[in-house]
Amino acid sequence: MPSKLIENTMRVNRLPHIWCPGCGHGILMRDVAQAIDNIGLDPDKVVIVSGIGCSSRAAGYMNYNTLHTTHGRAIAFATGVKLANPELTVIVITGDGDATAIGGNHLIHACRRNIDLTVVVFNNNIYGMTGGQYSPTTPHMEKGTTAPYGNIDYNFDIPKLAESAGATYTARGTAYHAQQMTKLIENGIRHHGFSLIEGLSVCPTYYGRKNKKGSTIDMYNWQKDNCIDVKKAANMSAEELEGKIIIGEMSVADKPEYTDMYMKIIEKCGGNK
Amino acid sequence: MTKRFQLLQGNEACVEGALAAGMKFYAGYPITPSTEIAERSAIRLPQVGGKFIQMEDEIAGIAAALGASVAGLKSMTATSGPGFSLKQENIGYASIAEIPIVIVDVQRSGPSTGLPTSPSQGDYMQAKWGTHGDHPVIAIAPSSVQECYNETVRAFNLAEEFRVPVIFLMDEIIGHLREGCELIPSEELEIIDRGDHNISGMTYAVGEGNYVPEFAAFGEGEHYNITGLFHDDGGFPTNDNHKAYSQGRRLLDKITMNQDAIEKWEETDIEDAEVVIVCYGGTARAASGALEKAKEIEGFPKVGMFRPVTVWPFPEKEMMKISEKCKHIIMAEHNDGQMLMEVQRAVKGNVPVSFVGKIDGTTITPDDILAAIREVYEDAK
Amino acid sequence: MSKKLVIHSAWCKGCGICAAFCPKNALEIVKSKVHLKDDALCIKCGLCELRCPDYAIYVEKEEE
Repeated sequence: MPSKLIENTMRVNRLPHIWCPGCGHGILMRDVAQAIDNIGLDPDKVVIVSGIGCSSRAAGYMNYNTLHTTHGRAIAFATGVKLANPELTVIVITGDGDATAIGGNHLIHACRRNIDLTVVVFNNNIYGMTGGQYSPTTPHMEKGTTAPYGNIDYNFDIPKLAESAGATYTARGTAYHAQQMTKLIENGIRHHGFSLIEGLSVCPTYYGRKNKKGSTIDMYNWQKDNCIDVKKAANMSAEELEGKIIIGEMSVADKPEYTDMYMKIIEKCGGNK
Repeated sequence: MTKRFQLLQGNEACVEGALAAGMKFYAGYPITPSTEIAERSAIRLPQVGGKFIQMEDEIAGIAAALGASVAGLKSMTATSGPGFSLKQENIGYASIAEIPIVIVDVQRSGPSTGLPTSPSQGDYMQAKWGTHGDHPVIAIAPSSVQECYNETVRAFNLAEEFRVPVIFLMDEIIGHLREGCELIPSEELEIIDRGDHNISGMTYAVGEGNYVPEFAAFGEGEHYNITGLFHDDGGFPTNDNHKAYSQGRRLLDKITMNQDAIEKWEETDIEDAEVVIVCYGGTARAASGALEKAKEIEGFPKVGMFRPVTVWPFPEKEMMKISEKCKHIIMAEHNDGQMLMEVQRAVKGNVPVSFVGKIDGTTITPDDILAAIREVYEDAK
Repeated sequence: MSKKLVIHSAWCKGCGICAAFCPKNALEIVKSKVHLKDDALCIKCGLCELRCPDYAIYVEKEEE
């Protein structure tokens, strides 16, 4: 028997999921479920939209209205769902490649519109589903099957990208820091506007093995030891922060939301009668 | 109050037809010669409580329209050649996930950016085969402004009834043509809406002899899964070959087994015609002109016209019947011979099929078609 | 109200995260499955539940 939370939020007959042993995605998916459960949203009004890749398999396991779309396009589909019916809570589960490579254009434009979507990026720093190719978040000079001599690309800072594109809530958490991650997702869902929460995942199978990151446990320990809360980081020097990753709420802003503004246009045109 | 008779462009009539059919959502990206469809939708949709959004690219246009359809709104997107290419992956998604949508392609000339924006019918094969894998699709080609109105209504109806993407295959000639158009109100039209959906948990299951599952909108209480992977009756991904076959077969059968209800064509002077011109869309205007002129030319054979309105699935049975009565078929289309291949396939060598086409951006004229008739006539002598 | 540690063994993939981060070292992986060494060691803090990627271990609250 699984726990009550899992029974209430997941399609239990679809579990266990397809992710590898030690994969952080399972933890992050639980965090999403816990956040929805904490807020007490009506499951009939929750929509989970995903793209393609390891992360995007999450949609099939979660017991809500779930839309598993095409590679990179989850945010564009979600925009249609939300504008069509603003009463729905629309959460996008996507990956680093799905959201910032093939879907990068949709990401920045949804940020720009400030449409009330909550986008949770399960970032495993690699293309896992296709076997370990480098992604836009694979760190500089690390390896993938398509970067056998080291990745000369520089990686995205996803919350920073989203913030500068106009997202009004941005945050970063990790699979290791599950409680904080849950809270960040919860805040993102509650925020009325475009929210982006990056969840640093762990990919022992491809990213870890390719880059000699040690065991699964070593990789979680790395998150534990190298992620610094944004509040604590504020009092640290640049040298102290060298090689560290900052987690927590990065930015919150108050700006009119897209579907609200569109409803006003409808009102102005008399279409609400 | 909307005036019942208006002078409209084909593109504008398409939007008015869509509204009459119940369109409540449009998402797209500007591209000539389809842009007026987006512009008029932007004005008209909020007036009827609908939503318009200009997306960041063509792919996002169809994606958002599909998302809105899943959320319960009748949705449309419009584009032209380059954009039609970009939308292909999500047309396949709509096919396998069975999401109703109308995709307008106002065809322009050439591959890539081609000849912006001269007329063409070069996307005929792409409308059927543009997205990968075996999949169902319906395509309709209007040849007047009035048809842009009426047939857009039918496109929405077919999309809803069969849960398929319907390609509204216009061309620049018809898109930018201005003619009188009767804006027939919805109450006087047959409109197919989504029926009630019983919450069953088996959202893709169909009854015996039925091919189309009921459609539940998100938010109505059926927590189901939609995916572009082959899926079981519950909507969940499967690698089971029997289940994949069962779904794939049903998707194709829902078109082939209902082909009579989907097919539509117009026949002119076909009964005793010796030569039959096959044409569709804008080219039919030139063919009609040729038909009239041919009557006045002494010694010319009797000429008829067969114009498929539903161009996919191709009306092969009717084409076969025609080939059993006439002596010669002339295919006239604005490309290098695309529907020509369907005609040749359908008539199985019964009669010779000659071809009138153009790929230089100029239009096919009545004289071009008359010349082809003359050739047939001279050869017969 | 008492609490109980529950292991849903069928879903355990043996990754060992729960055991590695158990503050009381109460868990072990035996033949790729998690086991509770001794119930007396377990303080029912639920950290294993939060970090189990496979939902194979959790703390259940029992009404008395």
